[in-house]
Amino acid sequence: MKHLLSVADLDAATATGLLDTSSRLKETLLGREVRKLPTLRGRTVVTLFYEDSTRTRVSFEIAGKWMSADTINISAKGSSVSKGESLRDTALTVSAMGADCVIVRHPASGAAHRIAGWADKDAATTGTHTSIVNAGDGTHEHPTQALLDAATLRDELGAIAGRRIGIVGDVLHSRVARSNVLLLSTLGAEVVLIAPPTLLPTGVAEWPCRVSHHLDAELPALDAVMMLRVQAERMHGGFFPSAREYAIAYGLNENRLRLLPEGAPVLHPGPMVRGMEIAPAVADAPNAKVLAQVRNGVHVRMAVLYHLLAGAPE
Amino acid sequence: MTLLIKNAKPYGEQAVDLLVRDGVVVEIGADLTAPEDAETLDAGGHVLLPGLVDLHVHLREPGGEESETIETGSHAAALGGFTAVFAMPNTDPVADTAVVVEHVRRRGEEVGLVDVHPVGAVTTGLKGEKLAELGTMAQSAAQVRLFSDDGRCVNDPLIMRRALEYASALDVVIAQHAEDHRLTGGAQAHEGAVASRLGLQGWPATAEETVVARDCALAREAGAALHVCHVSSRHTIAVLRAAKAQGVRVSAEVTPHHLLLTDGRLTGYDPVNKVNPPLRTGTDTQAMREALAEGVIDVVATDHAPHASQYKDTEWAAAKPGMLGLQTALSVVVHTMVEPGLLDWHGVARVMSERPAEIGNLPDQGRPIAVGEPATFCLVDPDAQWTVRGAALASRAANTPYEGMRLPGAVVATVLRGRITARDGKVVA
Repeated sequence: MKHLLSVADLDAATATGLLDTSSRLKETLLGREVRKLPTLRGRTVVTLFYEDSTRTRVSFEIAGKWMSADTINISAKGSSVSKGESLRDTALTVSAMGADCVIVRHPASGAAHRIAGWADKDAATTGTHTSIVNAGDGTHEHPTQALLDAATLRDELGAIAGRRIGIVGDVLHSRVARSNVLLLSTLGAEVVLIAPPTLLPTGVAEWPCRVSHHLDAELPALDAVMMLRVQAERMHGGFFPSAREYAIAYGLNENRLRLLPEGAPVLHPGPMVRGMEIAPAVADAPNAKVLAQVRNGVHVRMAVLYHLLAGAPE
Repeated sequence: MTLLIKNAKPYGEQAVDLLVRDGVVVEIGADLTAPEDAETLDAGGHVLLPGLVDLHVHLREPGGEESETIETGSHAAALGGFTAVFAMPNTDPVADTAVVVEHVRRRGEEVGLVDVHPVGAVTTGLKGEKLAELGTMAQSAAQVRLFSDDGRCVNDPLIMRRALEYASALDVVIAQHAEDHRLTGGAQAHEGAVASRLGLQGWPATAEETVVARDCALAREAGAALHVCHVSSRHTIAVLRAAKAQGVRVSAEVTPHHLLLTDGRLTGYDPVNKVNPPLRTGTDTQAMREALAEGVIDVVATDHAPHASQYKDTEWAAAKPGMLGLQTALSVVVHTMVEPGLLDWHGVARVMSERPAEIGNLPDQGRPIAVGEPATFCLVDPDAQWTVRGAALASRAANTPYEGMRLPGAVVATVLRGRITARDGKVVA
């Protein structure tokens, strides 16, 4: 694995390998007081974030630190970006400073792909390779989120193949949904997208999943459900009439929780909008695996750095 | 000044010699002998067409000289077989006054390789709010015959109605960039399977179709001439066919890239493929080819849109839309239309020279190859194959989507009123 740009680049074996590494790292570190492995000592990992993010950036930073990499965080705000420097120049500058891995979040879909292309071209002349990790690009993908979701589902359901997973909400604007549909279907799950037509992209019919507009009809047959955040600004775009109507039709409340098979896990990539897509009681119910997802996030990102910078472990 | 063109095949037919004096064809026949003072152009049995006419180019001058100038754009035009081009007004300043359009026209004449006809803006500053001085521009030394807010749609139906009504009295054409901006806010790519997978906000084909339908109705009522720029959706073709059947004075163009390229190229996020309207599907390109052959789409126009590397070597969303077209247009038409048998050389002359000259109201372009007619030609080697290299093209910018592609058909020479402007891939200054 050279870069991690899209889960479309992961076949089932590679994805499973990453999840296995993640599980092993989790077991290794469980209950340890000193959670530090020497694997990436002397390696430099830079997070280059053009969007506000706390959880993803911190998760990557902890992952790097637990593997003894030197981690440096660059926020686009207050850097040369605000002086009008191009993405290409910024990315190549960071790479030239010796970053072994650059973790990128950017509001433009495809930004990580572009950076990987420029870095590879530069590597062809300088011979110094930089791995690029996509930590969320526009409305395209968020591969490590899908991996941590898959890790959580595997923990909860024992396996992913053959399970039916519902993804509910604003699929149109969600990079989490795109990555999850691809990864879960690669791993053999049956994915059902549940949303009003206005929040589904044109062309969704060609995705490897089924589409439904009726949450109540789908819930009883789901093995797990993943709720997507609905951003407040979508309401002004006329995607649905009101927050109240959205919550009535697509929010996961206590009554709906009872429609799910008992103990079926409820996932949410966070940050949650309580009272909108998820009722507070559901967010705090034992089914809700939000914090388990966050815990897995660190291990999954450790696994990604491991595979990229040290090669897949034997 | 005398020019003897030896062994040329007009429209690919019987080889002949043509004697040209003072820019006019004076004799056509077999084995003509060159008068003493004559320059000779050995046409090598290649295909002779009337000089190509492009209703839609961006020469970027004034204001965008880092991407193209009237001089470099004229070089590209001559090398591409063009003898007349229409330069869109989205420059800085905008070509919305007589001063600017006259400047563009004069710079074109100074370079002298191709007739540069400025297109005037429909509305002041391309803002879509207030009509520009169409009459003054039409009567200026630039003699503007085509008006467009290209790059922007005249979105307001009332402004479009007034523009068409006003234009009808001036005998000028309103060329519409059909895109309902309410439907395309933030759009980055053709709305469909590819864009949805890549997370690029969609540009729905309905945004083109609905504006064309509206404008055809407005043109019908105004009795005005409407030209539809760069048709990209197969659904628009049905609207055009119905309007033409009703007798609406509507013409339409398709770009070479909408004949050949699809949104399948977007996968790597290289903005060289970013263009407005966006590359659509294979079903659309096929429909464009058939509509062009049938005549529902009248002409090919390049929408030649140079962008310096700083506007393309970026993330997709930040990149400017547009691609080079002048030097690859004929080859793409050969590849998409001539090779599959959809057009013969008369057909190529029709869609790339005769009809564009008619729509643009140019009396001395797009003329028959005959005695007494202007010696304005494009000579094509139909059997040549060449590999496109952006850096080797004459434009200042290198943003060609055909980089590395092998294309058939090469322009061997271009002649403007008896003067050779390009020969064997070199501009004749």
